[in-house]
Amino acid sequence: MATVHSDQRSATAALAEAPVLAPGHSYGSITDKISSIVLTKGTSRGWLFGLAISFMLVQVFLVSVVYLIARGVGIWGINVPVGWGFAIVIFVWWVGIGHAGTLISAVLLLLNQSWRTSINRFAEAMTLFAVVCAGMYPLLHLGRIWLFYWLMPIPNTMGIWPQFRSPLLWDVFAVSTYMTVSFLFWYTGLIPDLATLRDRAQNRFGKVTYGILSFGWRGSARHWRRFDAAYLLLAGIATPLVVSVHTVVGFDFAMSIIPGWHNTLFPPYFVAGAIYSGFAMVLTLAIPLRAAYGLQDFITDRHLENMAKVMLATSLMVSYGYVMEVFFGFYSANTYEEYLTRNRMVGPYAPAFWSLILCNVLTPQLLWFRAIRLSPVLLWCIAIVANIGMWLERFVIVITSLHRDFLPSSWGMFYPTFWDWSTYIGTIGVFFFLLFLFIRFLPVISIFEMRELLHKSEEEHHHD
Amino acid sequence: MTSPHGAPEPSPLYGVLGEFADADSLLEAAHKVREAGYVRTDAYAPMPIHGLAEALGAKRTKLPLLVLLGGIIGGLAGYGLCYYCSVIAYPMNIGGRPVHSWPAFIPVTFETTILGAAITAVLGMLALNGLPMPYHPLFNVDDFNQASQNRFFLCIESADKKFDEALASDFLRSIGATHVTSVEN
Repeated sequence: MATVHSDQRSATAALAEAPVLAPGHSYGSITDKISSIVLTKGTSRGWLFGLAISFMLVQVFLVSVVYLIARGVGIWGINVPVGWGFAIVIFVWWVGIGHAGTLISAVLLLLNQSWRTSINRFAEAMTLFAVVCAGMYPLLHLGRIWLFYWLMPIPNTMGIWPQFRSPLLWDVFAVSTYMTVSFLFWYTGLIPDLATLRDRAQNRFGKVTYGILSFGWRGSARHWRRFDAAYLLLAGIATPLVVSVHTVVGFDFAMSIIPGWHNTLFPPYFVAGAIYSGFAMVLTLAIPLRAAYGLQDFITDRHLENMAKVMLATSLMVSYGYVMEVFFGFYSANTYEEYLTRNRMVGPYAPAFWSLILCNVLTPQLLWFRAIRLSPVLLWCIAIVANIGMWLERFVIVITSLHRDFLPSSWGMFYPTFWDWSTYIGTIGVFFFLLFLFIRFLPVISIFEMRELLHKSEEEHHHD
Repeated sequence: MTSPHGAPEPSPLYGVLGEFADADSLLEAAHKVREAGYVRTDAYAPMPIHGLAEALGAKRTKLPLLVLLGGIIGGLAGYGLCYYCSVIAYPMNIGGRPVHSWPAFIPVTFETTILGAAITAVLGMLALNGLPMPYHPLFNVDDFNQASQNRFFLCIESADKKFDEALASDFLRSIGATHVTSVEN
């Protein structure tokens, strides 16, 4: 029995050349390294610069929102055939980005993947901030934003209720549940680390703040066991949730009768796209983060390589989705579906469609090569391309399906305005502003899970 | 002096706390403490150690059952909400769909199930653990702040029937504690 195990282990070790944790670490050194990012006095220039830039973009966002509410949604480039413009494109884009965080923290936990440990915390934070950005769009794109609460089933003097047959109402439930559960999952994982920060904080303010936030966690064995159970249950709950949320987002389109939208493939294909774009965003953030804070011991080449592999796998699923969309466009023998497919390829938005193929189908094929997967710079560039590609995917789905559908007399074009762009860039600012604050005030890598990883690897070492 | 309810004054001592070198010796010690008949004990570690709570004799946690119940209640509430709004409170013909259009109610039901289960998982875990509890006698021990970083502790509480300060301290030393302190209440 023991020999079988050690054989397996050496086989696994040979396969996985780079470790998930660089050798030579102890509980103390892991704790020091990660908590020092938070507890060091003074701030680095890079951080301040990043925070300042993103804070300025937050102002751009606020100005755009105020102007939007004052003037109405007509300041955007939307028109009668294309009622859903950037607002929905970017809503889906941000929700999609959020999904990798949950996937890393929940699905990889269920699959017992030890490489998730050093990336799950900031991937979860990324989810949360991406959902914050996404969640604003369904409100902002309302013509009368101040009546948004009519979407909630609140007993009222008018005796009216929301209409439960609309995917837009499902969105309200899906996104708010996703936000709540992602927050709970993220915060639960933070409790033991907040206790570490409480115990290490040098000043009273830090001790009290982290003390309150950590709920008085004291690392009791009985507590740890319930914590583990809760964490595992949350992972089990979050996994179907993440699938359902993007499915519901896919339903926004698939439940309609529009050619190019009414597509039964959308739910799984949207989920695959979400994972693809989400992993691209994790890489976009992880590569600079590990360089800036010297976290190469924790976010090793193995992590980058594995994430690149997930990106490759999901890019192939997405590509399959594109192929099937085109195939069924013609196989349906439906004039409108056929025209839509042709219009995407040679119509006025053909450049968007072909750039999307370039970004999401062709570029990720580079990830088949190990040398590229192991090069942080190239990987970062591919991740950026993937982010752009997934943005284009939503643009193509939303805009090209709407601008030319059943009635040629209702054909039009969509041109984004200044305010479309400023709102979008503003949400990027909101995202990075929250991210920079998170990096400074909370541990970017889960400390207790890294200790656990070390404990496990030491145990394996002992038994060999 | 007794409290207004006539209960005896709580002991000035919370228990004795022993420090152990690493996770393995803590686990071993936990087994021995249980074999010696101590019941009111707890171990403290910077990360979850597999089997430690069981070694101390902790019973199975009820959390999964609670989460299941939370999920069921959430699901019933979600479907009930859809049904009440669409069928009872204000039935309307929306796009020619039946009033009780159950497939359209599933996404909301699903999300509320998840929500119910997730909230129960987190609040249930905190409640069963007795958290938040910002103050605990163990925080009086100087070295205890290391329990969240890199040290391993085992505490025999004064509430235990077998508890005797000197005996418990000696016992902790005999099972490998490198350092033993008394914890004041």
